[in-house]
Amino acid sequence: MGWFKRFKEGIQTATKNKKEAPDGLWYKCKKCNETITVKELRDNYYICPKCEYHTRIGSYDYFELLFDGKYDILFDNLVSKDFLEFTDLVDYKDRLVKAKEKTHLNEAITVAVGKIAKKPILISAMDFSFIGGSMGSVVGEKISRSVDYCIEHKIPYMNISKSGGARMMESAFSLMQMAKTSAKLSQLARKKIPYFSFLTDPTTGGVTASFAMLGDINFSEPGALIGFAGPRVIKETIKRDLPEGFQSSEFLLEHGFLDFIVDRKSLRTKLADLLTLFSDPQAA
Amino acid sequence: MVFLEFERPLEKLYEQLEKIRQIESEGDIDVTDKVKELESKIKTKQKEIYSNLSGWQKVQLSRHPERPYSLYYIETMFKKFVELHGDRTYGDDKAIVGGIGRINGQTLVVIGHQKGVNTKMRQYRNFGMANPEGYRKALRLMKLAEKFNYPVVCLIDTPGAYPGLEAEERGQAEAIAKNLLEMAQLRVPIVCYIIGEGASGGALGIGLGDRVYMLENTWYSVISPESCSSILWRSWDHKEEAAESLKLTADHMLEFGLIDDVIKEPLGGAHNDPEKMAKILKSHIKKEVATLMELTPQRRIDQRIKKYCKMGVYQTAAAE
Repeated sequence: MGWFKRFKEGIQTATKNKKEAPDGLWYKCKKCNETITVKELRDNYYICPKCEYHTRIGSYDYFELLFDGKYDILFDNLVSKDFLEFTDLVDYKDRLVKAKEKTHLNEAITVAVGKIAKKPILISAMDFSFIGGSMGSVVGEKISRSVDYCIEHKIPYMNISKSGGARMMESAFSLMQMAKTSAKLSQLARKKIPYFSFLTDPTTGGVTASFAMLGDINFSEPGALIGFAGPRVIKETIKRDLPEGFQSSEFLLEHGFLDFIVDRKSLRTKLADLLTLFSDPQAA
Repeated sequence: MVFLEFERPLEKLYEQLEKIRQIESEGDIDVTDKVKELESKIKTKQKEIYSNLSGWQKVQLSRHPERPYSLYYIETMFKKFVELHGDRTYGDDKAIVGGIGRINGQTLVVIGHQKGVNTKMRQYRNFGMANPEGYRKALRLMKLAEKFNYPVVCLIDTPGAYPGLEAEERGQAEAIAKNLLEMAQLRVPIVCYIIGEGASGGALGIGLGDRVYMLENTWYSVISPESCSSILWRSWDHKEEAAESLKLTADHMLEFGLIDDVIKEPLGGAHNDPEKMAKILKSHIKKEVATLMELTPQRRIDQRIKKYCKMGVYQTAAAE
């Protein structure tokens, strides 16, 4: 072994020797620790230029990335209500207020309609920053209304999942959103309108076990965590370590649950191709 | 007999009753009055205990080791029941059972979670936690029912879908999601009963129907109180509070409009008189199936989907 081989991985600099950088200017990759400016990251589709790690981005980032410029937000006036008066360490009421303040969003899902390569499409996209992207009544209702909108306007539907699963603070109501969204998607299927399900990091629990897995086409970003049970729960159940890459999008592709994995840079082109193929099946 | 913590006052009374009966069998002392007195005492105590159960106590009752499971009901209620196995793709899940049978001249397909009755069987049944092939077996049986126009009855009793490594590899999420999609459009009636535990997606995976009923001492929730406590309180010690917060009892679920009705259990719970419970369930199934069979398939499907679309509480914010 050469003398230059590094024995210890990661940063060894003591905290007192750490060079401070102002927030919002620099981004340090969670995976490879590469430090780049936020602008560089943004220009690279929020992908680490060194290790290709796809950072978690929000609904509006996807809208900006995908739509041909202009798009309209739909159903944004639907907001959650703490009707069970659910209390754990924090009241659900307060959690909702805090989530809204932190994210400037009304809920864990935002719906927009617009065009990709001149083809109309409705996209609903989830925000992990809003209570873990969890699915409560509003998420279910927005998906339900999205389906109705797509049926009425005969346009394809795409959902971008990014969620820890059902929202515990809405108990059985959140569970029933699995049934509600699946039932609505069955209506969309009957009308032969395409549904594209795009699973991003992370997609787990009741979201995976309902609308996220029901796409005519299921696809994902590289390296996303996708599963039913969370890795920690599985580890506790089977009492051994999980294999490398378990529940990653690559793992799901290998096991037959995804159609393909797409780099964020190529996402728009790929979608444009799909939309063309589905909307003009007999084009010259 | 197994007594739960809150049933302890009953244990003493039952012990006394047992002793008196022994005395009766040994000698010729007349104890009829004493027996009667004790029996009425037990009944009063039972009424007192079971009419005021907390959420957590109902959770405990739903898991009572002597509580009847799916196969008990099926064998008691059905005539000529033939159990069917396998998902035709991977294997035969032991945590979900199903088959074809008859109630009052009507052929039905019945599907249910199955827990084991003793330690060995509990393992064999994987504690009622199904793998993807269980949900796929259930779907296969529903498709069989659809083909021949037989109604489907689902008996739900699970602590959740199995969170294992192989379950993920074989697509636990996809299996449940597919069932939800297909059950929404199934052309035959589906009647679901929560007969014990109704935990999360594992319960819902065979739980979407035209009608959903809960037995009195059961629960239905997005997560078990234990797991909820561990996630939200970051400790296992808050399961009682979690059970209250989740509002998971049959009465709550009815109040929220998430189920169609609560079915009364015999005094002291289903395990106190399983035969009577099976009888109640049987006549209920008979009635429900007959009513639903009168509707056209499309009408049933429309009503079913409409029912689920109504589930959810939210408010409309003023536009900013």
